[in-house]
Amino acid sequence: MSKQIGVIIFPGSNCDHDAYHAMKSVMGAETKFLWHKDADLSGIDLLIVPGGFSYGDYLRSGAIARFSPIMNAVVDFANAGNPVMGICNGFQILLEAGLLPGAMLHNEKLRFICKDVHVRVEKTDSIFTSKLKKNDVLRFPVSHGEGNYFIDQDGLKSLQDNDQVLFRYCDKNGETTEEANINGSVDHIAGITNKQGNVLGMMPHPERAMEKLLGSEDGKILFDSVFNELQIA
Amino acid sequence: MYKAKVNVTLRKSILDPKGKAAHHALQNLGLNEVGDVRIGKFIELDIEAGSEKEAKEIADSACTQLLANEVMEDYKITIEENS
Repeated sequence: MSKQIGVIIFPGSNCDHDAYHAMKSVMGAETKFLWHKDADLSGIDLLIVPGGFSYGDYLRSGAIARFSPIMNAVVDFANAGNPVMGICNGFQILLEAGLLPGAMLHNEKLRFICKDVHVRVEKTDSIFTSKLKKNDVLRFPVSHGEGNYFIDQDGLKSLQDNDQVLFRYCDKNGETTEEANINGSVDHIAGITNKQGNVLGMMPHPERAMEKLLGSEDGKILFDSVFNELQIA
Repeated sequence: MYKAKVNVTLRKSILDPKGKAAHHALQNLGLNEVGDVRIGKFIELDIEAGSEKEAKEIADSACTQLLANEVMEDYKITIEENS
């Protein structure tokens, strides 16, 4: 049986179709939507928690979505070592669900940021970046108001000690300058994994950088890595 | 019946950009006496409970599980008896 990718839809998700298109049409993988009230992830090999404004971002972004019926199954799926990718709001939901450490503050300058940014690859012995080289610079769109990643000093040290930082905001030359840290994130963090390395959260949108026509296909390398590791067609 | 009044604010160690922006505007108004502004959330819960202590425990559980994210926020609960 061919491998299957699941894309969760919460009320207020708005990158679910971007992710579906990226997986199905660009990567050519079996892909199916999962409604947030589903609780069955059987047959899913890679799970994408997409971006958007689940539950209108009420209370805090991701705070309500983490109590959606599907989330218990997502936690079990992740704890069993299966790969989960949370993008943008998906990252926020995984933080709220406790699958990743830290929290998201409002962007330092309070503006909603919608533009292309550069991130530097910090680690390549990960299922998400195995086809990349350390210090590669990728260009992805961002689109968020609450992407200012926060974790306290002890938490940051633990992230660093366990080599959990996958991407940092940088300029086009790969320098982590002050201006390149668009939202004020601690240590320029744009993407992290859990300790086990099977759960990824990132604010930039690789699923929106899949076709040259749309500005960048850097996202494809990321998915190429995962597909290669999981032996997805 | 009790009413829990919950205040959720960013932890003291975290910069509050909304508070800072408001503080700036207050200074522009000439209210230079205002030294610091922190903006948070105010939440009211009507709670059916047998005692004030029980109501506090329920409100506390609501805060730790949902209303506040303790990675970045502090919360304060005040319980009042509802007439």
